Amino acid sequence: MEFQIHITGFVAVYIFMLAAFAGWVIIGHVPAILHTPLMSGSNFVHGIVVVGGIFALLNASTILEQGIGFFAVLLGAGNAAGGFAVTQRMLAMFQTSDQKTTKPKHGQAKAGHAKASSSAAR
Amino acid sequence: MLITVSQLIIGIVDLAAAFLFMYGLKRMSSPVTAPSGIFVAGIGMLGAVLASFLYAFSVETTAKPHLLMNLGLGVAALAIGGGVAWWVGKRVAMTAMPQMVAIYNGMGGGAAGAIAAVELFGDKAHGATQLAVTLLGALIGAVSLSGSLIAWAKLDGVLKKPLRIKGQQIINATVLLGTIAVGGTILFAALGGTVGFIAMPQLIYLFFGLALVFGILMTLPIGGADMPVVISIYNAFTGLAVGLEGFVLENPALMIAGMVVGAAGLLLTLLMAKAMNRSVANVLFTNFGDAPKQKQGAIKGSLKPVEAGDAGIFMRYASSVIIVPGYGLAAAQGQEKLYEFVKLLISDGVSVKFAIHPVAGRMPGQMDVLLAEAGVPYDLIFQLEDINDEFKTTDVALVIGANDVVNPEARTDKGSPIYGMPILNADMAKKVYVVKRGEGKGYAGIVNPLFYGDNCDMVYGDAAAVMGSMIEAVRGLGAKAA
Repeated sequence: MEFQIHITGFVAVYIFMLAAFAGWVIIGHVPAILHTPLMSGSNFVHGIVVVGGIFALLNASTILEQGIGFFAVLLGAGNAAGGFAVTQRMLAMFQTSDQKTTKPKHGQAKAGHAKASSSAAR
Repeated sequence: MLITVSQLIIGIVDLAAAFLFMYGLKRMSSPVTAPSGIFVAGIGMLGAVLASFLYAFSVETTAKPHLLMNLGLGVAALAIGGGVAWWVGKRVAMTAMPQMVAIYNGMGGGAAGAIAAVELFGDKAHGATQLAVTLLGALIGAVSLSGSLIAWAKLDGVLKKPLRIKGQQIINATVLLGTIAVGGTILFAALGGTVGFIAMPQLIYLFFGLALVFGILMTLPIGGADMPVVISIYNAFTGLAVGLEGFVLENPALMIAGMVVGAAGLLLTLLMAKAMNRSVANVLFTNFGDAPKQKQGAIKGSLKPVEAGDAGIFMRYASSVIIVPGYGLAAAQGQEKLYEFVKLLISDGVSVKFAIHPVAGRMPGQMDVLLAEAGVPYDLIFQLEDINDEFKTTDVALVIGANDVVNPEARTDKGSPIYGMPILNADMAKKVYVVKRGEGKGYAGIVNPLFYGDNCDMVYGDAAAVMGSMIEAVRGLGAKAA
């Protein structure tokens, strides 16, 4: 059996079209409060380019190709690892009042928080 | 046999990765599920990277003798690039987030450009379509790399002033056309045409050189206030470049991930430009503040400075307070003190909400992140369209380190550079306090009539210090009562 993937002509255009549509729809529902983590998260997703870099490097046969391939993997890995690190840090910070009151640190303001969240619920 | 199995595994893992990326982004669309979203996407990435080493079983015959060396190089590059970026990403301050996103984004663009370079130098792309797509991806990736580096330098304060020269548009257009012409020549030569005056490797060098220069030239004249839009555009660019190189490598995971990000980045760019009341073309091709400024009309009223403590006590006895934070708050590192003050007010029964302007901070949503970092629960944070009608029924609007986003001129004065920008209606609150370092102007460089209004008092000082005095004053009240 043959599992090598071949993408030609219109198949590529269909993939691009559907993916673009999916991206547009997925992001369209993100609230403004998450725009920064989202930008950073989508930045992480295009870090997948590192896979292409590894492919190019493994198939390199001259010093020049090896050098540029190394560069591609280096940059791609930085994109992926850095993008993940900052996105994860930012998203870990988002908490509701309810989540906070379960922590003893914020316990003293419990009544106030409960009031605020009920008024915020609208 | 080995080749078949490795291709099967790569195929399955990449398919899973493409699904996990989209599912992860989808989970990021709500604050409740967002933290797990990035982990979902992370698993996809990890799997795809590990599986990509199985390409070793099916390398081209010419690359076979170098396989061990290439594997070593790959592991080293992953460890160095990933390690350094991870280390920095875990430590960078939240206020420096926009320039970090810019630099990681530039790296992605650079990687896409480098992949294209390997394909071009190794003469691996075949047929007109593949070659043209390779060149297009290379152009976009290279522009994204050098442009993002300039954006980073501007946001980080390395480059302070926008650099503008006469005839910039013409020079930029010439460089871009030159790059495209060289690309066309490469295409022509690779398809068997003869180009007498210059050989192939030099053409490729020239192509990348021109593309990188174009990225620099395009970004240099854009002012610091517009950088968020620029980062977002380059984010979309890199996604597009990754998608195009994915087509060249016949890797659908790259195609899908790249194009999803490309479309998402485009949408995000449009949203941001809309929040600033400018078109994307306007951001890219005209220079903010270049338009001949009309003289502002005389402003009635005067600036009325008050003590921080008095303002704090006034808010303690108000029934509702809306806080409008701006970048000045973050610059003074005053978020934690502010939240301490807010907790005091809330525990005394005051209703407190935060109103965030879409362009507060240095990139959209950055103020939300900075408040979250200080511990502010996100159900106290409201966006412009959700809270703007509440100002007129609110006792106090507390504006901290924000200026242009609460300038009522944007509603009325057609000659103002910010005319038409949606603003927060802080001026409609019964009482307005503005915490500011001094009498300086905002990014747009215009006077804010809000500060001169009858209902507005100014509290001068560093945001963190002012919040400290307010906390003390309110605590002092409690001590006396007890």
